[in-house]
Amino acid sequence: MNLTLKVWRQAHADDTGSIETYPAENIPEEASFLEMLDIVNERIIEDGGDPIHFDHDCREGICGMCSLTINGVPHSKETGITTCQVHMRKFRDGDTIWVEPFRARAFPIVKDLITDRSAFDRIVAAGGYISVRTGAAPDANATPVPKIDADAAFDAAACIGCGACVAACKNASAMLFVGAKATHLNKLPQGEPEKDKRVLGMVRQMDAEGFGNCTNQYECEGVCPKEISADVIAKLNRDYAAAAGREAVE
Amino acid sequence: MNALGQSLLNFWRSSIGKKLIVAVTGIILVGFLLAHMAGNLLIFQGRESMNDYAYFLHHFLHGVGIWLFRIVLLGAFILHIVTTIALVRQNRGARSEKYACEATVKASLSSKIMIWSGLTVLGFVIFHIFHFTIRVDPDLAGMKDPGDPSRHDVYGMVIAGFQNPLVVLFYIIAVTLLCSHLRHGIASLFQTLGLRSEKTRVAIQYAGIAIAIILWLGFLSIPTLITFGAIEDNGEAGKHSSTTFVIDPPKC
Ligand code: HEM
Ligand code: SF4
Ligand code: FES
Repeated sequence: MNLTLKVWRQAHADDTGSIETYPAENIPEEASFLEMLDIVNERIIEDGGDPIHFDHDCREGICGMCSLTINGVPHSKETGITTCQVHMRKFRDGDTIWVEPFRARAFPIVKDLITDRSAFDRIVAAGGYISVRTGAAPDANATPVPKIDADAAFDAAACIGCGACVAACKNASAMLFVGAKATHLNKLPQGEPEKDKRVLGMVRQMDAEGFGNCTNQYECEGVCPKEISADVIAKLNRDYAAAAGREAVE
Repeated sequence: MNALGQSLLNFWRSSIGKKLIVAVTGIILVGFLLAHMAGNLLIFQGRESMNDYAYFLHHFLHGVGIWLFRIVLLGAFILHIVTTIALVRQNRGARSEKYACEATVKASLSSKIMIWSGLTVLGFVIFHIFHFTIRVDPDLAGMKDPGDPSRHDVYGMVIAGFQNPLVVLFYIIAVTLLCSHLRHGIASLFQTLGLRSEKTRVAIQYAGIAIAIILWLGFLSIPTLITFGAIEDNGEAGKHSSTTFVIDPPKC
């Protein structure tokens, strides 16, 4: 198939950047989106140009490294999958495809389509963990976990930290990510003792990184490759209200 | 600063803290709107009911009641506005680089125009207070209840106040935008307060839309029916006799 790409090119973090047009000719339908970019890049290199830089790693939808906003939608309009799982058969011959980075002030562009998403790591470091004794691993069944809580925690833990939620949000808010990371620990008996500290710490770091505020429009939920529900945001709001209240009086 | 002050400052500075302030002040404002609409609908009961109600509002708790009420309401309104403007400014800053190809997956139109519907409501509220509360128009301010000339004739004032089609048009636009604000706002506040789950999500969304529609019909029924002549001021005192429902207004 033959396509036209409109790609964001930006030489480095301080460059202004612009949209450039590339032809993508003779692309096999069974190629993945990233393979299509690989083919285009080979041709750019053959012509002596600078290839389009983009992030990727596992290419099987589990690492959270690939990004790209495709025709305005992070990870493309296909639901429940990452960019690396999008295939060219989902497009039609002759299509023009817009390829842009995950945009947010808190995700500065490194080069072209590569953004620095380390703000997420700093949010996790601010509370997305449990403090445990070192030593031998405890017996798996030593702490009973009700099935319903285990399921809710597992659903939240499916987040791969890709940042699509931020990229889709009209306010570049990170609430779906933070809600998922906080809920997955808050729901379990192991995470419960540090719940208040975790919620306050992670939200404080989220604000410090310059993410926006949630306006409950649920764009995040619509693009999340792991289909994390905005329920986790409601939970985070409630947990934050309780934690802030306790912090104020205790 | 002491520890409590520091905690409160942290709350204000945090994104969720500000959102909680918007939600709580939003509940107060929605509660007021429902009560205000119910009171307004007394106009269909006639002059006496309407004016009795207005008299009650101005005199309960020896006249202190209405001021307590106004202070709470004004406080909630100002806090709501100051907080939402702070949020909107932060949000615009967080997405300073726009997409060349911008798409929307789920967000409703109402949710995207919250600041504009809100600011229209602000303009409307100022106009409305000058119109019917402070009564800058001496003709409206001077109206006396024919049944009890010692008190103001709210019933007659409302009917006289809606004789100007431009005023009615402004009311229709502003109240429609207010209901758009609430079509998103009511369901949204349950999310902000963490009072919804996957199970209740859809029900809350429909309830929010239903309340917005009820408010729209309730508030706008009055100016539109007056415009079409279905409620007229016949100058008579009394309960029922003063409201004439003219279904088919005379052509003369
Ligand atoms: C009678 C008047 C008003 C009522 C009943 C009302 C009600 C509400 C409610 C219930 C919400 C949702 C809160 C939440 O998401 O938790 C909201 C949000 C909002 N209101 Fe109002 N509001 C009123 C006036 C105003 C005014 C005058 C402004 C002007 C600045 C305004 C601006 C906003 C904005 C921008 C939001 C979205 C905030 C966000 O989601 O971040 N509102 N309002
Ligand atoms: S919540 Fe979904 S969209 Fe957001 S970082 Fe996690 S997996 Fe990606
Ligand atoms: S490259 Fe790992 S999820 Fe796409």
